[in-house]
Amino acid sequence: MNRRSFRSPLARALGLGSAKSGAQHWWAQRVSAIALVPLCLWFVVSIVTHAGSDYAVFAAWIRTPLAASCMILLLVALFHHSALGLQVVIEDYVHSGVRFVVIILVRFGCYGLTVIGIVATLLIAFSG
Amino acid sequence: MIKNGTTDGNSTPARPRPLSPNIQIYRPQLTSVLSIANRITGLILSLGAVGLVIWLSAAAAGPQAYGVVQSVIGSWAGQVALFGCTFAFFLHLCGGIRHLVWDTVHGFELRSIYISGWTVVVSSVALTVIAWVISLLIAGWPQ
Repeated sequence: MNRRSFRSPLARALGLGSAKSGAQHWWAQRVSAIALVPLCLWFVVSIVTHAGSDYAVFAAWIRTPLAASCMILLLVALFHHSALGLQVVIEDYVHSGVRFVVIILVRFGCYGLTVIGIVATLLIAFSG
Repeated sequence: MIKNGTTDGNSTPARPRPLSPNIQIYRPQLTSVLSIANRITGLILSLGAVGLVIWLSAAAAGPQAYGVVQSVIGSWAGQVALFGCTFAFFLHLCGGIRHLVWDTVHGFELRSIYISGWTVVVSSVALTVIAWVISLLIAGWPQ
């Protein structure tokens, strides 16, 4: 296939695109998506197998090192992926100057929720 | 003399000039519906992620707070929301895998796009039903 490119050889080698950082956002969204496939499947299988269980059983599950580690990894990947996805949605539909405020608030919200989720997981993991 | 369109600089067009097609004009197709569905399910799952943090925080606060959140999830509205989140999750997962395949520059032929599109729809419905049937079998049917 003959693919003509209008980019200079240096631009192709750097691979940063016209916005200089566009590929980074795209790549981070893919990496977080690939990470989320096994983490989300682990979460869904765990929730399904713990359906109807009481607090003691649930806490005992989170206290296992594997569950606590996977939950923290899930929170990090999930909110990173959410922040990237929500940013694209905001960029597409919010056209006024409010856009930047909304993007910053969403980013802060995602970081804040990640930390709250991790602290909650650790509190359960190290309790009892 | 030209009937349609402008004849000279001063006259107005005989009929409005065509506008570029937009979302009200296009007939919904599997491709376009799945495209916007991937975005909508992403927004729903972002809300679901907030719910996950509330659930974990309640569990960290203790059995009482956890019981309150569990009773909210166990209510009719909670179960409907959880079911919606489950379907949104599987649709976004299958749609996301489809996107990752596209990223490898495969499956762009029209036939492949429709095959993968219907595969996404069928597998996400099937996975949602399987997940709920198994969890209801484990938990016991709600009284």
